[in-house]
Amino acid sequence: MSSYALFLGCTIPARQPNYELSARKALAKLGIELVDLANMTCCCPPPIQSIDLETSLAVAAYNICLAEEADLNLITLCSGCFESLAMANTILKDDEQLKAKINRILSQVGKEFLGNKEVKHLLQVLVDDVGLNRLKQSVSKPLSKLKVAPFYGCHALRPSELLKLDDPERPTILENLIETLGAESVEYRNKLKCCGGLLRGYSDDLALNLAREKIVNTTKAGADCIGTLCPFCFVALDIGQMQMKAKFQETYDMPVLHYSELLALALGIDPKELALQTHKIKTDKILNKIS
Amino acid sequence: MKHGKEKKTASQAFSSVVKSRLGGETITLCYQCGTCASSCPVGKITDRFNPREVIRLALLGEKDEVISGDAVWLCCSCYNCQERCPQKVEIADVMYALRNIAFKEGYIPNIYSEFASALLNDGRIVGVSKFVEKKRPDIGLPPLQPTGVDSLRKILSATGFDKLQQKKEGA
Repeated sequence: MSSYALFLGCTIPARQPNYELSARKALAKLGIELVDLANMTCCCPPPIQSIDLETSLAVAAYNICLAEEADLNLITLCSGCFESLAMANTILKDDEQLKAKINRILSQVGKEFLGNKEVKHLLQVLVDDVGLNRLKQSVSKPLSKLKVAPFYGCHALRPSELLKLDDPERPTILENLIETLGAESVEYRNKLKCCGGLLRGYSDDLALNLAREKIVNTTKAGADCIGTLCPFCFVALDIGQMQMKAKFQETYDMPVLHYSELLALALGIDPKELALQTHKIKTDKILNKIS
Repeated sequence: MKHGKEKKTASQAFSSVVKSRLGGETITLCYQCGTCASSCPVGKITDRFNPREVIRLALLGEKDEVISGDAVWLCCSCYNCQERCPQKVEIADVMYALRNIAFKEGYIPNIYSEFASALLNDGRIVGVSKFVEKKRPDIGLPPLQPTGVDSLRKILSATGFDKLQQKKEGA
């Protein structure tokens, strides 16, 4: 049985119990133990990197130190957390000078970054620790009629040199994981393009335009739902559809499910336990299709 | 003649500042091919942002235009450009370096000011309300562990982050 320190981040506990519940329940069923460590903080993702990169690196390193002290590798559900932590982990492991500088800052709180742990995204844990074969055998309710449009977002994949999750231009990990659940992974135009999530709050118009393109393209491709990895993409695409209705006076009805939710459903976990009411775009038609 | 010399000095000075900052190290490798601009999802839907142009202006020493302008905040940090740059300019990271300089000099968009305050106050950029925290056991979630906000504040003070924010609030 593998154990990981769960890095929960901010957005998931604040707004997306659907992500947290599905991930916790699915991973428990697959024999992955999650340990909740005390004293973690925000990972310092792009909004804080925009203010001060050095601070972001130091705070990310502080959080990694907590996992090092507990002798555990880290798992993240959020791609923003994954990017901040995995990027800091790789950079500091490779750059002695910068590591020394960050460790001088961390000495103020009695920590030292050693660089002896891994930071993994949920998808990597599923592929590396569970494996596609065992995952397939664990599926008790195959999603056989479901067409899922995989949406990677940006920060699970890029910058690929530091994150090393998959090929940034031709990734396959999410498609494979979707098909392992018995669903069909649907190709659509501009699959790898950004959801615009990080422009929300600074330029809502541009952010909504980018998100709308995702909804239009996945609808055209005949997808039943979009499969996401990141709470920011979820907000941009799910709540985003309500805002699009107001702005563009068009009707949108594309359910957005985190991969972990699809996984939990395929593992036979009762939908009533998954806080699906969190979704703005209702998931009823997805549940009907797979029942 | 004198004018030309001054220009050159200004451009060298600003590109050295960017280059010396975390994230900005590769800016001078840019040869303006425009691969970034053609890979940019934001550039496709607005003419307010063109990564090649931002880098060109920075290399020309047009510091004020770059750091007081809107463009530098319109990068969506998708890293498409950075993946594709034939010169290995770390373009998205250069945008962070430019934003870091802008922030330091008091050009702070409201939303970023809110992120900074939330981090300083709660240790999270998106706060978890007491209501949501209390409801966790009812829906089958374990209690939230305490946030390391005291350690975080010490780190933010060691890096000077707390002072960056005061600049905006005092302004």
